[in-house]
Amino acid sequence: MIKVKIDGKEYRVKPGITILQVARENDIYIPTLCDDPRLEPYGGCRLCIVQIKGMPRPVTACTTPVTDGMEITTTNEYIEGLRKTIVELILSDHPNDCMVCEKAGDCSLQELAYFYGIRTNPYYGERRRYTTKDNNPFIERDMEKCILCGKCVRVCSEVQGVGAIEIAYRGFTAKVTPPFEKDLNCEFCGQCVSICPTGALMGKSSLGKGRQKDVKKIETVCPYCGCGCNMTLHVLRNEVIRVSSRPDNFHEGWLCVKGRFGFEFINSPDRLKRPLIRVKPRDKNSKELPVPDLNDFREASWDEALDLIANKLREIKDKYGPDAIAGLSSARCTNEENYIFQKFFRAVIGTNNIDHCARY
Amino acid sequence: MNKHIEIKVCTGTGGIAAGGLEVLERFQTCIEQAGLKAKTLTGCLTHRVGCRGLCARDVLVDVIIDDQKFTYQYIKPDMVERIVEEHIINGNPVSEWLVTEDYLSFYNKQQKVVLAMCGEIDPEDIESYISHQGYRAIEKVIKGMSPEEVIDEIKRSGLRGRGGAGFPTGLKWEMARNAPGDEKYIICNADEGDPGAFMDRAVIEGNPHAVIEGMLIGGYAIGAKRGYVYIRAEYPLAVERLKKAIEQARHKGYLGERIFGTDFGFDIKIKLGAGAFVCGEETALIASIEGKRGMPRAKPPFPVQKGLFGKPTVINNVETLANIPSIIIKGADWFASFGTEKSKGTKIFALTGKVKNTGLIEVPLGITLREIIYEIGGGIEGDRRLKAVQTGGPSGGCIPASMIDIPVDYESLARAGSIMGSGGMIILDETDCMVNVAKYFLQFTQSESCGKCVPCRIGTKRLLEILERITSGRGKEEDLKKLEKLSNDIKASSLCGLGQTAPNPVLSTLQYFRDEYEAHIFEKRCPAGVCRDLLTYTILEEFCKGCGMCLKVCPSGAIIGEKKKPHKIIPEVCIKCGACFEVCKFKAIKRG
Ligand SMILES: Cc1cc2nc3c(=O)[nH]c(=O)nc-3n(C[C@H](O)[C@H](O)[C@H](O)COP(=O)(O)O)c2cc1C
Ligand code: SF4
Ligand code: SF4
Ligand code: SF4
Ligand code: FES
Repeated sequence: MIKVKIDGKEYRVKPGITILQVARENDIYIPTLCDDPRLEPYGGCRLCIVQIKGMPRPVTACTTPVTDGMEITTTNEYIEGLRKTIVELILSDHPNDCMVCEKAGDCSLQELAYFYGIRTNPYYGERRRYTTKDNNPFIERDMEKCILCGKCVRVCSEVQGVGAIEIAYRGFTAKVTPPFEKDLNCEFCGQCVSICPTGALMGKSSLGKGRQKDVKKIETVCPYCGCGCNMTLHVLRNEVIRVSSRPDNFHEGWLCVKGRFGFEFINSPDRLKRPLIRVKPRDKNSKELPVPDLNDFREASWDEALDLIANKLREIKDKYGPDAIAGLSSARCTNEENYIFQKFFRAVIGTNNIDHCARY
Repeated sequence: MNKHIEIKVCTGTGGIAAGGLEVLERFQTCIEQAGLKAKTLTGCLTHRVGCRGLCARDVLVDVIIDDQKFTYQYIKPDMVERIVEEHIINGNPVSEWLVTEDYLSFYNKQQKVVLAMCGEIDPEDIESYISHQGYRAIEKVIKGMSPEEVIDEIKRSGLRGRGGAGFPTGLKWEMARNAPGDEKYIICNADEGDPGAFMDRAVIEGNPHAVIEGMLIGGYAIGAKRGYVYIRAEYPLAVERLKKAIEQARHKGYLGERIFGTDFGFDIKIKLGAGAFVCGEETALIASIEGKRGMPRAKPPFPVQKGLFGKPTVINNVETLANIPSIIIKGADWFASFGTEKSKGTKIFALTGKVKNTGLIEVPLGITLREIIYEIGGGIEGDRRLKAVQTGGPSGGCIPASMIDIPVDYESLARAGSIMGSGGMIILDETDCMVNVAKYFLQFTQSESCGKCVPCRIGTKRLLEILERITSGRGKEEDLKKLEKLSNDIKASSLCGLGQTAPNPVLSTLQYFRDEYEAHIFEKRCPAGVCRDLLTYTILEEFCKGCGMCLKVCPSGAIIGEKKKPHKIIPEVCIKCGACFEVCKFKAIKRG
């Protein structure tokens, strides 16, 4: 353990961690835009600058490791002045259309503008304009709102291992883009959407469905596969409008394309809500026909449906023996459910004919 | 009787552009033809040599007969025959083509250490280097010095990095040597992105083996087995000569395994840069070699701790490395005898701008700017008034004429608000607008910013916009304050050296030439007559003879008048191109 002093107060901390980590652990506020504890430090936005006694220029808290005896100042008039200039510069190259922005209320940039009380901007000037739209199916990319924090680029390569996007060009024209400015064509996991601090990246399936106010957040587990990722449903007037995932859960908030964007089925009219039992086909005289009509079902209760299955299984087992029955389970079930399923086949039905879709 | 005859033709980049290769070829054919006639020509050598500095006088040719050397300037291929005929065969130098006295004064105050062999040896022939004590330094080091002793010698010499920051080279090597790990690298930074700079280019083109030898010695000292040369692809000749040199060195056993039969092995790889200025910054350079986008990262960790592929890495500038062999051979004390207390040795500058002799110079540190401008540079073109000296390229600043007696060393230049930088030196006179100079450099840094951090990416853009406003006559009083505040904020909060120094041209011109800014803003006037939007052209009736020349050249039909009567410019139609101003023989057009 080493000793550091932050804003006059002494702390005992692990050596090797950054100033920002120490500050976060001790609830000291340092503004950030490009840092995410799940990614490698970047040092791009420069908002987290702090002063260290004995150093000629301010340093970024997110990239500077603490050393023994370090004396750090996280806020004073000078530092806040530099931070304000940085936010002003970002806003001078930003559409500033919070009124109609999807991200309003959940936007780190908006928060900072509020925090620093920026109404007018001394650094007005040219602003980046992009007219071509990215026509990929899942992610709305509005690069005029991009502040080049580089989080999307880093999450895509560091976490997802895909590397679908990079910063291209130099200076004021620098821009996050897929290769050759083509439409994004990747896994569409949407980690980038989840990590973008501004409205530059949004899920297309959520557009125009409502912002933060009145949204109920419901914690649940993703139904798509057995991984059991934790997800938060954003529900507005009984409709899921967005899915997010908390960085403090066991999978650090990362989801896949299905969990993140595949929620429209919830309100689909085609969705199965109760068991259906196939209706035996009959002719006009109510006589049973040999060829079944694959689309003719009737709704049933769970009890009736389960009874029907149990009876059929028993019938087959009695007539042909247990090995005439085979079970195929699903990757969408949890481990526990799959365990019960094989137990049921081995112990109750009495066969080892049991397999799993993930093997195909 | 056989005479020893040598002919040296400059085939540096300047020499080649001026026709050096054709001149060389012509010499070879002429001598061959003449050789059939006269036996006196046996033993005549034709050499390719690198840049000798005064590129403006190219093609420069030395003719050495026995020990007598004559230098010709401005030589074209069709002049060769006469030189061969009159000088080489008949022994009468062609006096009207020989260099003049001012050519010699260009060299008087110079001190060639790094460039000593440039212009003397054939850069494409390793034997030529070897015959000038080449690879003797690495031999001495490997056979008789421990790495610590090498580091100590470099430390004692006082050599500081020539890439810009002036970090003590021996100390850097020591830090890398002491860093834990058995895999280490040494990188030669040949990215040279400063506009107008060509010092490193000239060194590599003129004497590539010195850089290789410097890297070998550095590799030995820090414990590296591999070196990289990061060189911009826009230097095709330097790349080619370096490649050849590396191959020849491998062939001779100076690179590869078991050098001089010892356990020491070392080899060099060339990595081409794509011409991004920021890739000269060491962490961006490393990222670029690793195949990533060339963007700087925060330090610490420093490259000597965690550099290329995460291993301890020394990055040195070309000129720094080219100094090493002579320090080893002639000793630290010899090297330290040049220069000042804290700035030892010599420095190469690319002298450009409004001096009479532009070109590449090497001077002992501590020389004054006055000596450089008036003795080496031969004074200001057209004997106009000196206004300022810009040093350090886009990271540097402008030193006003009143301060030209300061010595050129790291500390003095910094105190004057500029930096030594890598060696750009632009001489500005009264026809240069200082606001425009600042704007020029800001244009450069803005378009070369990597875009990673906000103050540099957007801040330099805003600085540039303010400067554009001022030079186009739309500047406001508050712009001066804004320039100052924004400049200081960018300096304080940017990530790398590019952003941290980008505002220097603005700040130093604001400090010394505030009156010029004020003239632009308050009087809408450019005192130097450079900023086009602020210029007005008027015809002075009393001088105008009505010759009609101006009327003829004006591309926008803004001039009216009858023959033999004073003409007039219609300001609304005038596009301020200045064509009339240039063409008037009677100085009847006023620009202001
Ligand atoms: C934006 C920027 C550009 C640079 N360009 C160069 C360059 O072209 N060549 C060079 O040798 N050093 C350049 N440097 C300095 C290098 O980062 C580094 O300090 C130097 O190569 C170290 O070598 P030295 O100690 O021998 O000077 C640059 C630095 C910055 C911040
Ligand atoms: S959706 Fe995933 S894979 Fe695609 S760009 Fe974003 S992070 Fe990368
Ligand atoms: S798109 Fe978003 S996450 Fe990516 S660099 Fe821009 S602001 Fe950052
Ligand atoms: S200061 Fe400029 S060049 Fe350096 S990291 Fe920041 S944006 Fe890139
Ligand atoms: S959070 Fe540290 S620079 Fe962005």
